[in-house]
Amino acid sequence: MFGITHFLFIAVLLFGVGVTGVLISRNIIVLLMSVELMLNAANLAIIAFSRALNVMDGHAFVFLVLTVAAAEAAVGLAMVITIFNNRRSINIDKYSLLKW
Amino acid sequence: MIDTTAASIDFSIIAPEIALLAAAFIILVSVYNKKMRNLAPVIATAGLLVSLLIAIEQMGNPKTGFFGMVTCDDFTVVFKILFVISSLLILMFGRRYFVSKNIDRPEFYALLCISTMGMMVMASTTDLVVIFLGLEIMSVPLYVMAGMDKRSLESNEAGIKYLIMGAFASGFLLMGIAFIFGSSGTTDLRRIAADFQFIGENYQLYFNAGAVLTLVGFAFKVAAVPFHSWVPDVYQGAPTPVTAFFSVGPKAAGFAALLRIFNFGFEDMEFISDIFWMLAVLTMTVGNILALRQGNIKRMLAYSSIAHAGYILVAFAVGGSAAMSAAVFYLFAYGLFNLGSFAIITQLEIRSGCKSELSELSGLSKAHPYLSAALTVFMLALAGFPPTVGFIGKFYLFTAAIDGGFIWLTIIGVLNSFISVYYYLRVVKVSFLEKFEGTFVPVKYTPAMMAVLLITLAGTLGLGIFPEKLLEISRAAIFAFL
Amino acid sequence: MTENIYWIPLLPLLGFLVNGLLLGKLPKRVVSLVACGTVGGSFLLSLMSFLELKAMPPDLRLIEQTLFSWISSGDFHVNFGFLLDPLSSLMILVVTGVGFLIHLYSVGYMSHDSGYGRYFAYLNLFTFSMLVLVLADNFLFMFVGWEGVGLCSYLLIGFWFEKKSASDAGKKAFIVNRIGDFGFLIGMFIIFWQVGSLDFMTVAAKAPEVFVAGGTLVTAACILLFVGAAGKSAQIPLYVWLPDAMEGPTPVSALIHAATMVTAGVYMIVRVNAMYILAPDALLVVAIVGGVTALFAATIGLVQNDIKRVLAYSTISQLGYMFLACGVAAFSAGIFHLMTHAFFKALLFLGAGSVIHAMSGQQDMRYMGGLRKYLPITFGTFFIATLAISGIPLMSGFFSKDEILWKAFSSDYGHPILWALGFITAGLTAFYMFRLLFLTFYGKERMDEKTKSHIHESPKFMTIPLMVLAVLAVVGGWIGMPHIFGVTNYFEAWLEPVISSAKPAVGVHMLTSAGGDTAMELMLMFSTVILVGLAIFAAFKIYNKRPEVADSLADRFKTPHNVLLHKYYVDEFYGAVIVRPLIYFSLFLWKIMDVLFIDGLLNGLAKLYEGISETMRSVQTGRLRSYATVFVIGVFILIAYAVIE
Repeated sequence: MFGITHFLFIAVLLFGVGVTGVLISRNIIVLLMSVELMLNAANLAIIAFSRALNVMDGHAFVFLVLTVAAAEAAVGLAMVITIFNNRRSINIDKYSLLKW
Repeated sequence: MIDTTAASIDFSIIAPEIALLAAAFIILVSVYNKKMRNLAPVIATAGLLVSLLIAIEQMGNPKTGFFGMVTCDDFTVVFKILFVISSLLILMFGRRYFVSKNIDRPEFYALLCISTMGMMVMASTTDLVVIFLGLEIMSVPLYVMAGMDKRSLESNEAGIKYLIMGAFASGFLLMGIAFIFGSSGTTDLRRIAADFQFIGENYQLYFNAGAVLTLVGFAFKVAAVPFHSWVPDVYQGAPTPVTAFFSVGPKAAGFAALLRIFNFGFEDMEFISDIFWMLAVLTMTVGNILALRQGNIKRMLAYSSIAHAGYILVAFAVGGSAAMSAAVFYLFAYGLFNLGSFAIITQLEIRSGCKSELSELSGLSKAHPYLSAALTVFMLALAGFPPTVGFIGKFYLFTAAIDGGFIWLTIIGVLNSFISVYYYLRVVKVSFLEKFEGTFVPVKYTPAMMAVLLITLAGTLGLGIFPEKLLEISRAAIFAFL
Repeated sequence: MTENIYWIPLLPLLGFLVNGLLLGKLPKRVVSLVACGTVGGSFLLSLMSFLELKAMPPDLRLIEQTLFSWISSGDFHVNFGFLLDPLSSLMILVVTGVGFLIHLYSVGYMSHDSGYGRYFAYLNLFTFSMLVLVLADNFLFMFVGWEGVGLCSYLLIGFWFEKKSASDAGKKAFIVNRIGDFGFLIGMFIIFWQVGSLDFMTVAAKAPEVFVAGGTLVTAACILLFVGAAGKSAQIPLYVWLPDAMEGPTPVSALIHAATMVTAGVYMIVRVNAMYILAPDALLVVAIVGGVTALFAATIGLVQNDIKRVLAYSTISQLGYMFLACGVAAFSAGIFHLMTHAFFKALLFLGAGSVIHAMSGQQDMRYMGGLRKYLPITFGTFFIATLAISGIPLMSGFFSKDEILWKAFSSDYGHPILWALGFITAGLTAFYMFRLLFLTFYGKERMDEKTKSHIHESPKFMTIPLMVLAVLAVVGGWIGMPHIFGVTNYFEAWLEPVISSAKPAVGVHMLTSAGGDTAMELMLMFSTVILVGLAIFAAFKIYNKRPEVADSLADRFKTPHNVLLHKYYVDEFYGAVIVRPLIYFSLFLWKIMDVLFIDGLLNGLAKLYEGISETMRSVQTGRLRSYATVFVIGVFILIAYAVIE
């Protein structure tokens, strides 16, 4: 039987993968995906906790989070299109006009 | 006391939010009508005004509803008023700028309303889930607003950086909420505060981790070091009125959430106070030191806003009602003079080819003596000079700190605010005491801009001399949930 | 009148508002009328309230007037309130009186300047801030005036911002004053924390109960307050801004140096004398810093060639005297010297302004000389002021300086070494002042022909204030004659109600006072007078007869034979043995200590911060991924901290 710790372990692992993705990826699309992964890792943790506590609050929360994530992704992708039009690149390291 | 389990679906509680949402919808629908397009600022203003009036009406009448998800006490109302006033002021001076840069689109006004609504949601709940939702409702429009000047490479960059960093921080926040939920079985701060017990072993650890991650999520929003790095870039790249918007409303909303969570929810966690201590010192110091050598005023003000967040964090480290009401007072005060300085920068940036570089200010006092006098007042307020409200705010904050026995924190804070004088006064020096050859292209005032300047100026000086009323209000806000 | 004290500061504020808001729209005549009229009006009001105060019995001479409650939250109350007592009534008389004369003088001096309206607006704001500082009844309100004065000085010193040195000088004044303010604020916080009030009367009343005499907290608070005072009143090491502050228009220098800003520190210390009495160690610090500053600045004054710089160093030196007086708990002597100094130093500066005006802006004394016959009024008044500052008997400076020296010797907190510092300074003061006088008004005319053809006596607006001040510089000291002259010291009696009479706690002080009787006092007075006379004689010998002698000494001594044959043998021997070492020492202090060390220290501090800023900026690379990395590191540290806890 799986306990809460197993789920949490997976959630934290996924979260770590997401964070690492943000740190090492140069492609903005991959960055956005990594962030999604972080949110979903949190979702997994919430669901696991909700199940362990035997309440439904967490399940409802996850749906809200999914909506939020969708909104963020929509705005993010729209922005990627705009900046690609202007600069012909989605390499995040090239975007450093603003610094110091 | 507030009934924590009130199930009633009482729409009067969220009427200010509804007014803003309605305004946003009307604007979005009317985009398709050429004539209606030009009415967008008017509709937004009307929505904000209605919202403001309803919010004032709610003062002194605490209510809760929606199964305990929404709470409207004086704390909520005070912050709602702060958000609406800052949005109104930005509406007033922003339009001209957008028109001159050819980016005046009706969607902006809808986004402004929605974002303001998100802040209100953040302030009007004791539930972590709703706080998270409010945060996102506030943030997503902000990302769009930062990047709204589609042709400007800087604005693009500001938008994408803000978006990715914002979503990144949201991930941490959500993880934090998950852990708090998991270790306490609830997301309602009132229940955590009232009858808190851990559900199982190891859960203390989960809870602490959750608290820290939540703190990180909001530290990002209020621009606390080391979660501040997006601030200078986004502030500099975004269109100036949008920057002004960033520096007041979202920041205050972040602090409102922090106040609720860490002073009401997790009241007696020793190590959180230590963390706030470290964050405050780091934030003040890094913000001020980095601001010293900036040549761009917007970027300088970005670092200055980091530093000011540091002063407010001092109150969090100290804790207690005096420090907390000082923080609320400071947020109001900072909103006033910061918006005033941004209004002036916006006014000057309308001249073509200007990028808010410090050097563009030279000759200002010859061409616009009153404008440069107003700028001086705002800079003095930012630096914390008497008799401006900036001084009262800082004084109140540091007195609370020393009363709480935080001597070193006070000394570091005072030292920092003296370092800050150097770069604020540089602005004054360039506009007054610098030789200028060539002609300074003068700018015309619009009545709205005039009104904004007068309001912020009157507030900065008036509240500096008669701070009584605002002090009472900020105390009322804090006593609402203590 | 005493019911409406607030009109005294309010009038200059109104003047500022009128001149400031209608900038450039008013004719010059109206501007000067408003500016001078308001300050003159507030002088009359000050005089009236002074007289009313005088009519009251000495114990009741205290009027507190609260305009409204400023901050009031919980147990924390601060008022916008004014306090009129013997001390503040005296100060407002000096501030408005001397201030008014300087305003009048400015009408003539600035008549050709394009920033006429701006100038008078600042000047009025300056006077207002100073009056708030003096009349405030609590620390916080005083701080308002304190900062206001600092800000106005910044604007006025940088008034001629076309000169780069002027705006740099303004900046320096500002940075140094921040360091001082830091001390002031922290000291104030400590007082509030311990006493629970910032009201002067409450603090004075409660201090003996709250603080342990000689305890750490009261000593720390007093020393921190003194740091603030040292910043405003230009004491070692925070004096560096003052010589540079000469870059502003000359009447501004007169206002800053004589009547207002720099006296703020002395005033503040006297205001809280009840606390200083409890902290003998802090008093000792004040006395030593004051005495050393007096000597140090006087020494540097010996070799300056810029007429205004000599006066600037002399101001620092005289302020050192005042702090010396405060440090030996002779508070009324300090205020007495503050007042007489206001008269003669204002006169000296305005006189120097008149000279510079006549010399078409030339400030270097090496290019002056022989001006006596061109500027008779300026010369006459300047001569009187020089006599006064040198401490010639019966002039105002004599009485005040003598009292300080005597107190430094005989007070419970005094010591012969402190007296010696003041004694030597008195001689140096007479020497450099007469050097200034001789170089400027006597000897060969060393200016070029073009300047010479323009020399003219200043207009009436400028000479009348000079004459009034000259009268004050003579008679101003008569109200504070020492007891040994067989008269009452009215000055001391007047200030008695505000000076704490507490005796020092036994065993807390490390110095043993020399004490002394009347014979001793007379003897000390006599020796000072003789020293001053000798110094004047030396200055006369060297600078009147041969202004170049000091400079050429080095050349002459290369061939001893030449020297022996030289007819000025005595002069030069005197110069070689006493004057030359002194001048080299002075040059050393100036070039090495002043310019290189203390100035360098402060500039270095600013540079250091800028360097740190520059380095730290590079962390903000503009790359998003590095931001995320910083973020994650932050998270890890916080989590680690939370887990460890």
